[in-house]
Amino acid sequence: MIELPAGLVEAIRRHGAATYPEECCGGLLGERRNGSVLVRRAEPVPNRGTELRQRRYTIDPLDYLRLERLAGEAGLSVVGIYHSHPDHPAVPSEFDREHALPYFHYLIVAVDEGRAGDFACWVLSEDRKSFERAPHRFGDTGGE
Amino acid sequence: MPKIFLPTPLRPFAEGAASVEASGSTVSEALEALVSRYAGLRAHLFDGSGKLRAFVNVYKNDEDIRHLDREATGLADGDTLSIVPSIAGGSPPAAGLDPATLSREELQRYARHLILPEVGPEGQAKLKAGRVLLVGAGGLGSPAALYLAAAGVGTLGLVDFDVVDESNLHRQVLFGTSDVGRSKLAAAAARLSDVNPHVRLVPFEERLTSENALRILRDFDVVADGTDNFPTRYLVNDACVLLGKPNVYASIFRFEGQASVFATKDGPCYRCLYAEPPPPGLVPSCAEGGVLGVLPGLLGVIQATETVKLLLGAGEPLVGRLLLVDALAMRFRELRVRKNPDCVVCGPRPTVTRLIDYEAFCGVGASNAASSGIVQPVHAHVPELSVEELKALRDRGEKLVLVDVREPREWAISDLGDSVKIPLGTLPESLEKLSKDDEIVVYCRTGGRSGNAVAFLLEHGFEKVRNLAGGINRWADRIDKSLPRY
Repeated sequence: MIELPAGLVEAIRRHGAATYPEECCGGLLGERRNGSVLVRRAEPVPNRGTELRQRRYTIDPLDYLRLERLAGEAGLSVVGIYHSHPDHPAVPSEFDREHALPYFHYLIVAVDEGRAGDFACWVLSEDRKSFERAPHRFGDTGGE
Repeated sequence: MPKIFLPTPLRPFAEGAASVEASGSTVSEALEALVSRYAGLRAHLFDGSGKLRAFVNVYKNDEDIRHLDREATGLADGDTLSIVPSIAGGSPPAAGLDPATLSREELQRYARHLILPEVGPEGQAKLKAGRVLLVGAGGLGSPAALYLAAAGVGTLGLVDFDVVDESNLHRQVLFGTSDVGRSKLAAAAARLSDVNPHVRLVPFEERLTSENALRILRDFDVVADGTDNFPTRYLVNDACVLLGKPNVYASIFRFEGQASVFATKDGPCYRCLYAEPPPPGLVPSCAEGGVLGVLPGLLGVIQATETVKLLLGAGEPLVGRLLLVDALAMRFRELRVRKNPDCVVCGPRPTVTRLIDYEAFCGVGASNAASSGIVQPVHAHVPELSVEELKALRDRGEKLVLVDVREPREWAISDLGDSVKIPLGTLPESLEKLSKDDEIVVYCRTGGRSGNAVAFLLEHGFEKVRNLAGGINRWADRIDKSLPRY
């Protein structure tokens, strides 16, 4: 279970609409409690892909380190990554799976012709062979 | 001992530690020590062949080891190794025409294409940029989709709203026994993404209609028509003509099939070949008439071949040619199809300039909207004679008048000779060409239009008039096998 403040999801959706037709990306900062992940902040990160940013996002190692530092300063940790799928469903691609890290929640928001649509959260399976849909609920904690 | 710093997502595999000590005098030794201590980390740091995964960056103190000696970079006490993920992902590839957009995996996958001069990396990039819509995920759509996905067509759209039925499985090779009862598109997506995960699938789980066809077809480069009914076939054709998209056509029945490429810039369209549909109920569907399971495999693969050629711009497309396949005799024949200058949709003076009601046009349900002036549906009870009876009459030299009510372009395909030629639409004003004293036999391609003509003549006082059951195609089947069927 991942708990997301509704306002935070809205911020991610706005980010996806703003970068359309390119993919947006960012970090999810939060904490783990009783097996659940509570997301407290969404931190936008520039998509550093050098080509095909309509279909790819890349978070630079230095940007990633900045996320870890921000999380540490706030007493949180990086619990996941979000990105958008312009004109494509909120379902992870094979490319997403090959590049995924364990433990992280991957939140994908579909952006259809510039309008943010569905979103879904996914977690890599232990054998790395597939993504599993992670149930989410909206919380009223934190947010932006 | 050097210290290794772990990013958050890998910490659970190291008992939650943010950093661990690992002995080793090089990066690779230290990492090996790390994964032998925490076995769960191995799969996330290394790929199957033991190489560091592409997204795993390793820094020695502040330096990326790629700028040092990579994994052979030496380590000393007090050094810190940081494992930093570069995080990437994205939606499935669309792509430009730049061969550089082919990933290493794709280059390996398409190796046998890349060494063909007619394809090569540029051609493969064209396939990847190609967007193909398959109308119908059935007998024809199954093999076409499998091969187009395997060939690396970047975007495949599928239109179908059916669920998999057990009776589909003898020919619809996209589906397996475990898919029975499942939505065809869901089952197809699972199968096709396994065949080739680089393909972007765009499902349209709806019936193609005059209302949605232009919207659905708009974003594709080539349309492959694998439908099993006339209204949709005319709809696909007209939408392709209106949008200027090639229509890769095939149809099948029992042991025979046809294929062609319609609606290219200078080529004919389906309506140039068949201006009007057969009367409803005259041509049985595969459900009624049966079909050899292998046959759609043959024709669907011809569609896939033509589609790939169109995307590549290679070879001679099947434009202006109707390929006829007879699987029982295993004969392939080709008929020339010319652009009809009077075609109502692709001719210079089109009267069909937007999509119409195709159900009505094909006489399904409502009355016929065709302009023949002759009322549909077909009169099933008009007097008939069989092709054998006609042959016997002709052999005995009996006096009879043959009336051919087909369109002029059909006369060139096959002809019974010595007939009065009156296209059905002109029959009302051509009655003076016929005499009520004559024995009249009316024929067309398969007996539908001529049945209507006979009914019309009966209503206008002709009494000695009969319909040739099965039309000239049945004559070609049973009496004169040198005539082509079409």
